[in-house]
Amino acid sequence: MRHLLSTRDLSREDAITLLDTAGQMAATQEREVRKLPTLRGKTVVNLFFEDSTRTRISFEAAAKRLSADVINFSAKGSSVSKGESLKDTALTLQAMGADAVVVRHWASGAAYQLAHGGWLHGSVLNAGDGTHQHPTQALLDAFTMRRHLVSDPTGADLAGLTVAIVGDVLHSRVARSNVYLLHTLGARVVLVAPPTLVPVGIEPWPCTLVHTLDEALETHEIDALMMLRVQRERMTGGGFFPSPGEYTRLYGLDADRMSRLPDHGIVMHPGPMNRGLEISAEAADSSRSVIVEQVANGVAVRMAALYLLLAGEEGAS
Amino acid sequence: MTGTIMGEADIARALTRIAHEIVERNDGAASIVLLGIPTRGLPLAHRLAARIAQVEPGFEAEHRCGALDITMYRDDLFKNPTRAIGVTSVPAAGIDDAVVVLVDDVFHTGRTIRAALDAIRDLGRPAAVQLATLVDRGHRELPIRADYVGKNIPTARSERVDVRLEEIDGEDAVILRKGSEHASPPEHA
Repeated sequence: MRHLLSTRDLSREDAITLLDTAGQMAATQEREVRKLPTLRGKTVVNLFFEDSTRTRISFEAAAKRLSADVINFSAKGSSVSKGESLKDTALTLQAMGADAVVVRHWASGAAYQLAHGGWLHGSVLNAGDGTHQHPTQALLDAFTMRRHLVSDPTGADLAGLTVAIVGDVLHSRVARSNVYLLHTLGARVVLVAPPTLVPVGIEPWPCTLVHTLDEALETHEIDALMMLRVQRERMTGGGFFPSPGEYTRLYGLDADRMSRLPDHGIVMHPGPMNRGLEISAEAADSSRSVIVEQVANGVAVRMAALYLLLAGEEGAS
Repeated sequence: MTGTIMGEADIARALTRIAHEIVERNDGAASIVLLGIPTRGLPLAHRLAARIAQVEPGFEAEHRCGALDITMYRDDLFKNPTRAIGVTSVPAAGIDDAVVVLVDDVFHTGRTIRAALDAIRDLGRPAAVQLATLVDRGHRELPIRADYVGKNIPTARSERVDVRLEEIDGEDAVILRKGSEHASPPEHA
């Protein structure tokens, strides 16, 4: 593996290797000394063209725990705000000797362009590109599901599990990444969204689609319920749903709906949450909620991705 | 000389002797923790612990054994294909102030043990670290020595030493093979 750009490129074996490696990384994070010397001398650049706190901090923590040097680059206050192109930024990073570039960009396909433009020598990790992909988020979600719902997790996939992804699928790279990864790992994916928040061309996606949360809870035995954030910053102009109140009534997770999950069912959210809109405080703070654990697992998954991309012979696949 | 150097009985005798030497050297087994280096150091650590338990009745073998994966501490990570990371598990009581006995199958350049010493440092502060190995084949590249050796086998650098163990390979044997001129076996590096 040279880059991590999209969960569509991952084979079942690649995905399981990533999850197993993340398991070992998570074990090292319970020690007194959590730092490992593994990537000493490597440089990881966090290249963020879009606001993000948890993903950037998570990648930064992961790289530092593996002893890599981290350079944070955000578009605000940089030469990008003076009009520098992605290509020139990439050439600058290349000249500084970046071994890996973690990129978040508002344009779908930016990570692919950076990886295949011939500008950079190092590995590219997609940390979210537009409404396209966010592979490490899907991997940490799969890792969390495997820990909670599979009895002997190491080496296993998610066969037999049903995962419902609820809400703003249209703007969600998290949903797209999860649909393909969960399918590759053998899980069944049910998308739950109003017709206005379903992307055009969803037919070939390997999942089923229902239009209300109550219908999903009635017709499926849901092992993991993933609530998506309503991305209001991408909804300028409005018209996606009549009112926040109506959205909450049809798609919000409250205590009553949560009680209709099977006993082992878990509640997930990629964060940041809009409490009271897509998820009630009661659901977010309940014992079924694994939302805080998702954040901790994110560091382990990103350590695994950095290890698998950066360790090994230069140029070896 | 190539071929089978140690058979099942030889390996059993060597491990029994090492177990007694460990107990003797440390005035009993009260503070002993055995950490096996995967892959084949692990079953060897368990066998040694079982033998120590036979002579030291208070020694609970399963609570004194652990695994120490050294992959992330290697000094050749960027010179070889990416390696899978193995399990590290330490007894619940930890290794602080214990006498840690590292257990490996083949002692060769010393680089594995150097990595293991770094790994131990991240897990705690033992009172002492000792090294037990089934085979010492020489060719040290670092100033590291073993405390307990099953058998010293003089080898050429080009030769390979294959340790086969019942738990992993279905038989107990140490086999010396002619290797190619250039390749030294990476798993025993």
